[in-house]
Amino acid sequence: MLEKAIVLGCSAIGAGLAMIAGIGPGIGEGYAVGKACEAIGRQPECKGQVTSTMLLGCAVAETTGIYGFIVALILLFVNPFIGKLG
Amino acid sequence: MNVEVSGARVLIDIPELGGPVLTQTIVNMWIVMAVIVGLCIFLTRGMQVHARTKRQIIAEFIVKKVNGMVQENMGQKFAGFGPFIAALMSLSALCSLSSMLGMYAPTSDLSVLLGWALLVFVMITYTKIRTNGILGYFKGYTEPIAILTPFNIISEIATPVSMAFRHFGNIASGSVITALVYAALAALSNALFSWLPGALGEILGQIPILQVGIPAVLSVYFDLFSSCLQAFIFCMLTMMYIGAAAAED
Repeated sequence: MLEKAIVLGCSAIGAGLAMIAGIGPGIGEGYAVGKACEAIGRQPECKGQVTSTMLLGCAVAETTGIYGFIVALILLFVNPFIGKLG
Repeated sequence: MNVEVSGARVLIDIPELGGPVLTQTIVNMWIVMAVIVGLCIFLTRGMQVHARTKRQIIAEFIVKKVNGMVQENMGQKFAGFGPFIAALMSLSALCSLSSMLGMYAPTSDLSVLLGWALLVFVMITYTKIRTNGILGYFKGYTEPIAILTPFNIISEIATPVSMAFRHFGNIASGSVITALVYAALAALSNALFSWLPGALGEILGQIPILQVGIPAVLSVYFDLFSSCLQAFIFCMLTMMYIGAAAAED
């Protein structure tokens, strides 16, 4: 029982730590959007192209955060460590 | 307070055939596909050379938009990719939007997205082989120097995995956050009203009044905006990867 409690508690902590990965994409996307705003301010006529390129870049920058989220999901809902207790 | 986040429910489970054979994902996917086919038939019925009906104008607008997008991003050589991209985009968008009707969105199941990403991966590899020949394709792994071969193989595998995870993560995180907010609002309304004296407080505390209206704001972002954005991004990445595969020398 104690072992299970330890594993579950540590999995919850691990899931929380995994979501720290959300910091990186937040900073990166904010930087990208700021630069896009600058570009639109300088050349308002290519607003559509800048916006779609920015959305695509944001989606790619998001990837590391998504990986962290998936690790957290796995730890919370399909916990692989419980099975190793035997 | 209980938070329930679950995957697709299994409807028919036959262990002799290797596990679940019919899940919510499959049923909802077929419903979405039937809706798309019905929409196509409805929009293209009774077409004329000069568009007179409203639905023909809508159909022409969609086809023109998709073809323009494909040619802008992939070049004239790949103009035939229009139907593929349009199919991918409509399927992805409608699958995600089906969560607005309270259905289980097929795109919050990783296997659906891995299937699409593998399809895209096969098309990328096919385009690469057709452009460079089979020898050129394998030689591409040893560039710029032979030591980098393992990293090239990893980055090749990472393409479909990251595409699938990106779409899945965005849709699934929306449903997880929505479930958390619903649970929090139920607990909050319980805490707000349960101190009222007597039976009034007990009854009012059981009814999650705060769940009315507030989650709709989240739904606009996660269901409406995120669904369309992810469909667009998935198709843009598909076009860019295939276009880049053809451009290599």
